[in-house]
Amino acid sequence: MSDGYSEKVMEHFSNPRNVGEIKDADGIGKVGNPTCGDVMWIYIKVKDNRLEDIKFKTFGCGAAIATSSMITELAKGKTLEEGLKISRGDVAEALDGLPTIKLHCSNLAADGLHAAIKDYLEKTGKK
Amino acid sequence: MAKQVYMDHSATTAVDPVVTEAMLPYFSEKYGNPSSLYSIGRQSRKAIEEARQKVADLIGAKKEEIIFTGSGTESDNLAIKGIALKNRTKGDHIITSSIEHHAVLNTCKYLEKNGFKVTYLPVNKEGLVDPADVQKAITPQTILISIMHANNEIGTIQPIEEIGRIAKEKNIPFHTDAVQTIGKIPVNVDTLGISLLSISAHKIYGPKGVGALYLRKGTFIEPQMHGGGHERNIRSSTENVPGIVGFGKACELAKGRLPDEANLAKLRDSLIKSVLQIKESYLNGHPTKRLPGNANFRFSYIEGESMILSLDMKGVAASTGSACSSTSLEPSHVLIAIGLRPEESHGSLRFSLGRENTQEDVDHVVSILPDIVNKLRMMSPLAR
Repeated sequence: MSDGYSEKVMEHFSNPRNVGEIKDADGIGKVGNPTCGDVMWIYIKVKDNRLEDIKFKTFGCGAAIATSSMITELAKGKTLEEGLKISRGDVAEALDGLPTIKLHCSNLAADGLHAAIKDYLEKTGKK
Repeated sequence: MAKQVYMDHSATTAVDPVVTEAMLPYFSEKYGNPSSLYSIGRQSRKAIEEARQKVADLIGAKKEEIIFTGSGTESDNLAIKGIALKNRTKGDHIITSSIEHHAVLNTCKYLEKNGFKVTYLPVNKEGLVDPADVQKAITPQTILISIMHANNEIGTIQPIEEIGRIAKEKNIPFHTDAVQTIGKIPVNVDTLGISLLSISAHKIYGPKGVGALYLRKGTFIEPQMHGGGHERNIRSSTENVPGIVGFGKACELAKGRLPDEANLAKLRDSLIKSVLQIKESYLNGHPTKRLPGNANFRFSYIEGESMILSLDMKGVAASTGSACSSTSLEPSHVLIAIGLRPEESHGSLRFSLGRENTQEDVDHVVSILPDIVNKLRMMSPLAR
């Protein structure tokens, strides 16, 4: 429901940060399901245990796009451990809240980031 | 301020200034209760009866066959529950379609919970009900057929006349929700073979909060609102005098303006032609049997709410059948019924044009839409 979006959500929706793919990504997190209307792919580049770069591609509503954009801002430069601690609640809070109805379905960005970090850890045998 | 283009007339319309003008005296000046015997009461009664005549004239009905209600939804409820409860000793079966407005569908579901049986007829990929399916669904227990005149989302106009003939042959009451069609295409209760018909004022440049049910002479329903016996004891409630007066004026205007709708269809076709040049875009609904103002598209790989928000930022008001924009988070039942996959239904976008829209408005939409679609596709992991 668009009437429930904060200005911050609308700002991130209109000017999303870090859109795109990372061609030689160290980890990719794919979450969501087109049937439900939200699909997020989070790409990460890791250097010295830190999230050096992060990009996203998202199919979904305003909240899905804004949360994707926000997670890239929250996670960039953080250590992997810090990245894994970023929660759905943190993302919603950073956006000055999300409409209740969107909290569960479209707030997938934290899951996407965690999946990307786990993908990296598995690929590098660190897990 | 950026250019503002309102293309959501199927949701609601602005009240015509002529309608507002007609309503105004009935708030603080001519405020009498129509049931009162003194002069300002009689004045209100007269105004209501004049409005009733105007509503009747728009649909080729007799004045006595119009019952004022509070909305199109209320009219649908009154028609369906009213017939069902009146005829429960005769039968328990209702035939409707799978693409009805929720006012019909959820009323039918309510009746199912209370012991009635309902057949929800499928539609083809263009959204058409097959009259042969109606014929086949009829049983000796069938007490009501309710098929909408035109669909609010995809604009498909149903073969109501044919269904009306079938209903008449079998002597089964036939209700149609004509909320989207009055004032847009000719609606005549005799030609269509209708026994009950639901309409609403705010879709035709009248006020919100007033609707009407056409009830053919000789068709009987059980009242759903009990009280002081207003509206021939079928819908008790002190009449919404300003609203009813406004509805009457809106119907009068709509009748005179019906020929204009052909121009609106041309404008719609211009929009459709231009939008379909965007690659992997499709038209939902029927190419020709559709409401003059309705253009419903779907775009692969992107989601409708994002499109609505992006259009809104450019001053354009439209709507979508995407689950993400609904309070239920369910994709549109209409788009699913015409055979779209849920992910396809998420990418739907409805423009519904109205009287004030111009070619300039269409050009504006056409100039901004491709960039919006491209930007969202650039972001989408589904686009390859």
